[in-house]
Amino acid sequence: MPSSPSPAPRYVLIGTLLVALLLLFAWVRGVLSPARISGDKITDALQGAAGKIFPGYRRAHAKGVCVAGSFASNGAGAALSEAALLAAGQVPVMGRFSIDAKDPTAPDAKALFHALGLRFVLPRGEEWRMALDQTPIFIVSTPQDFLDLQLASQVDPATGKPDPAKVPAFIGTHPETRAFLDFIKAWPVPSSFANGTYYSIHAFRVTNAQGQAQMVRWQFEPETPFTALDPATLGDLPPNFLFDELLGRMTQGPLRWHLILIAANPGDPTSNATVQWQGEHRRIDAGVLTLDHASTEAEGACVGFNFDPTILPRGVAISDDPLLPARSAVYSASFRRRSVETMTTPDAITAEHKGYGPGATP
Amino acid sequence: MSAMPEPRFTLPARVLHWLMAILIYAMLLIGVGMLSTVSERYTTLLSWHRPLGIAILILALIRWVVRLTHQAPPLPADLPAFQVVLAKGSHYLLYALMIALPLIGWAMQSAGGYPVTLWKGFQLFPILPHDIAVYGVLRRLHAVAAYAFFALILGHVGAALFHGLVRRDGVLKSMTG
Repeated sequence: MPSSPSPAPRYVLIGTLLVALLLLFAWVRGVLSPARISGDKITDALQGAAGKIFPGYRRAHAKGVCVAGSFASNGAGAALSEAALLAAGQVPVMGRFSIDAKDPTAPDAKALFHALGLRFVLPRGEEWRMALDQTPIFIVSTPQDFLDLQLASQVDPATGKPDPAKVPAFIGTHPETRAFLDFIKAWPVPSSFANGTYYSIHAFRVTNAQGQAQMVRWQFEPETPFTALDPATLGDLPPNFLFDELLGRMTQGPLRWHLILIAANPGDPTSNATVQWQGEHRRIDAGVLTLDHASTEAEGACVGFNFDPTILPRGVAISDDPLLPARSAVYSASFRRRSVETMTTPDAITAEHKGYGPGATP
Repeated sequence: MSAMPEPRFTLPARVLHWLMAILIYAMLLIGVGMLSTVSERYTTLLSWHRPLGIAILILALIRWVVRLTHQAPPLPADLPAFQVVLAKGSHYLLYALMIALPLIGWAMQSAGGYPVTLWKGFQLFPILPHDIAVYGVLRRLHAVAAYAFFALILGHVGAALFHGLVRRDGVLKSMTG
């Protein structure tokens, strides 16, 4: 080989290019941006607010039961959305009733907030998943606020309780959270999972077959007459009273809800889940949800599903509400974590109804 | 400089290489980027990740056929034996990962009970039955394999530049054309 100049500068050039590729990767990964919020960061905060990890369980709404049934669409919803669910016809649905407990062994009275996850199985592999709550609004409006609220609720290992000053301090600087707490104080808790209305919380964007787009919220309104839970009786109720009542009631016959689509009026906020839409709205009764099977998580089919409300069919898309992508990212992190864990203790409902459901041995 | 025409990869091989280089590096960035955020970028990147993964799988299978049917230029005769082993071994691994990573992703989403949506309204069929424990294992494998792929790509780029800038033996030129 002819004598050539020292190769050192060329090694430096190669090294620089490799470092550039690595740095771009690290920057996108968030390594250089400690303030960026990931699904894992919020999931860590949820675990910290729970005080411990309950292996194998969802990081929020850990206590629940599985349900299944069908949805019979009357076709009226097609005026707003071309979603296969809203075309006249019937599709299977499975889901999960839950309460807002991070501890799957907690008594129902400690976490009365009701929720319903649904998974509609549509033709050609499409799905519409929903994460519905018993209130039409949410406690915070942004992922940052949700994270900060969880961080204010972290359980101190020394006392086993959160710092009593931190949540009030958060509420003091977040009027929308104060408003939500005032709202929920006046909002009666249903006496049963069967007689409550379940709300989409967030706005979504629907498109019909003519290509017209429209913002909507929706809710499932029960055929079972509403009765409120009397808070005075809570002390006397058994630990799984809500779930026991649902499991028992479902053996008596199916339960039904009407899917009501609510079309946004011009000017209704769609990016803030703490704000209710005021005044008259166009309501469309799109069909009937019938749930006719309920079982403990041990017997049911819902444990392996993530009720991510951003899994949507053609004709429905997320709105500009920043909580929707965040829900998806956090639900996914929770699903990822529990998928590699082994449940060490049964949830309270499974423990009580050991062998409940199909295939049970007495 | 030799007057002999230097050995080159065939045009289809070169086009596939550079197209896939861009797609795969972008894919790795999309993968780690979407996990880093809960903003609307999460949903956007996730919706790109699946169709891009399937595109890479299809291109990788085509490329495999091209590789099997077209002679690749030989490595320089004076290349030390350990570098020959590294070069051949790393290329087998690169091919294996560009085919395996999309397949693991597809399989893991199937096992997780998720619809494998390529674009709104179009879903791929599941390739595994629904089983959350299988999802958990595959999801970890997907991440480990992706980081291994990235490390391998850095090594590949470093080695290519070593051939092109230090050894100047025509290996880099055989792909840049």
